[in-house]
Amino acid sequence: MLEQQLVNALSLGSVYALFALGFTLIFGVLGVINLSHGAVYMVGAYAAEQAVAHLALPLWGALLFAFGFSGFMGLLIDVLVLRPLRARNAPHLIPMIATIGVGIILTNGIQGIFGAENLRFPLGLVPDTTLSLGGLSLTALELGIILLSFVLMALLLLALKKTQLGRALRAIAESPKAAYLLGINVEGLFYLTSFVAAGLGGVAGVLIGLSSNALYPLMGKSMLEKGIAVIILGGMGDIRGALIGGLFLGFAEVLSVAYIGSSMRDAVAFGLLFLILLVRPKGLFGTLLERKV
Amino acid sequence: MDWFNNFWSIYSNLVLSLGTNALLALSIYLTLACGMLSIANAAFMGIGAYTSALLTMNYGAPFPAVLAAGMAAPALMAFIIGKPTLRLSGVYLAMATLAFGEVVRIALLNAESITGGALGLNGIPQLTQWWHVALALVLTLALLWRLRRSRVGRAFESIKEDETAAGLMGIDVGAYKMLAFVLGAAIAGLAGALNAHLTFFIGPGEYGFDRAVDILTMAILGGISNLTGPVIGAVILTLLPELLRAFKDFRGVVNGFILVLIVLFLPKGIWDPARFRQWFGKRGGRI
Repeated sequence: MLEQQLVNALSLGSVYALFALGFTLIFGVLGVINLSHGAVYMVGAYAAEQAVAHLALPLWGALLFAFGFSGFMGLLIDVLVLRPLRARNAPHLIPMIATIGVGIILTNGIQGIFGAENLRFPLGLVPDTTLSLGGLSLTALELGIILLSFVLMALLLLALKKTQLGRALRAIAESPKAAYLLGINVEGLFYLTSFVAAGLGGVAGVLIGLSSNALYPLMGKSMLEKGIAVIILGGMGDIRGALIGGLFLGFAEVLSVAYIGSSMRDAVAFGLLFLILLVRPKGLFGTLLERKV
Repeated sequence: MDWFNNFWSIYSNLVLSLGTNALLALSIYLTLACGMLSIANAAFMGIGAYTSALLTMNYGAPFPAVLAAGMAAPALMAFIIGKPTLRLSGVYLAMATLAFGEVVRIALLNAESITGGALGLNGIPQLTQWWHVALALVLTLALLWRLRRSRVGRAFESIKEDETAAGLMGIDVGAYKMLAFVLGAAIAGLAGALNAHLTFFIGPGEYGFDRAVDILTMAILGGISNLTGPVIGAVILTLLPELLRAFKDFRGVVNGFILVLIVLFLPKGIWDPARFRQWFGKRGGRI
């Protein structure tokens, strides 16, 4: 059943990558380890569920809604919390602590509104057809997760590589001050980054919520830990690193569950991370971006 | 003294956890004072807690010996992982220590025959008296205070300011970093051992990511420019959830808001001597 495991790994890994992409984008551009990213991911999942339940949106509409809603949340966090700290040039630990506070607010807010028990997406939201591809069976959900994650990641990579906006963003990642002197609208791009990163996180939340079919206020916590592992694996602030790190973690987890035992799932992830850091202190792709950190 | 007995019977646990939390905040302060962002302290606390609890429960070892072992075990662990880990700097050190913390938590979770796995250890005898905690805190404060003004403290300070320059001045950067790391681990272990013999139950979940972040938050929130800050931060973060009981379901939200507001408006922490000097003129001197 190795092939089947590989499919599972691919779908899990692509969601990890999607989540980590937003995480790493914020670190790369804003220089902040945003520990509220897990909570934003959770908010995205809840937004989609509410959109389906109360606005009767179809799945694609719910995904779009989740992207917009959590993106707006990210924008709000940036404007209200991170911008004042930027303006004051606070040392780098301070914004991180602030985002911890934001995470606490969001998690407890959702718990206060919806309660601590699990919410579910209604049945039949995703067609339960199964595709068989030469002995492999792929559910529509798995296929959708893999496709959507990869399409979003490809779009982001293309945008960063090819567009003027992407060049500006990379310039900021290199040095916000220099970018500002060159006439780049640094603040505006900070907002855009926060929006897109949070939006991607929210979509990842919907995808995981669909595949595990359970939403709960603390669902972002384990994802955040995974996200940290992924961006360290790949090298902080490196986009390709997040992609490959996410897939790598997905494969490592699924295969370790299949062949070692389910209790070792997290041990493998973090054990690997610890080892990799000892061998390559800057992560797998870190050398290229050493200056940034 | 009736009111006091009443108060004590309700709140003794809270007051004592103020003490252990203050120890934890000081343990991370020590590494931060040396310019290292290490967040393995939750794991070191866990190692201390499990070591001491297992010694008490399985071997009936005397309490002082148990406490000593609870400090020695994490210190030894810190020494072993210190060499490769402390080469890392900044965020990478933070993440490596975080990953180490997760590995410890998962190890505790999986070594079921020894640690009780996810169920944790139950029925640890309640040996911690209030004066144990007070004495530990006072001794730690005294030690750290003495350290700050010594050759070692000045070395820490210079490493924090500029590692390369400190090295060029002939300071053995690696050795001092290791000292801060190991000492911090020992203090965290002490807090863990005291805490384990206070709450009578410990489980691996208590020593994970959340606890690590809590400890860091206490220190940063209080301010790390001197010893008072971490203690104040620990007091505030321990009391805040209790004080906010009136908000019921949304007390976590209020808690978070207060945290964010403090960070926004007091970015150097609550206890910031420089700000006090500004307020009260120059006379304040070094607080």
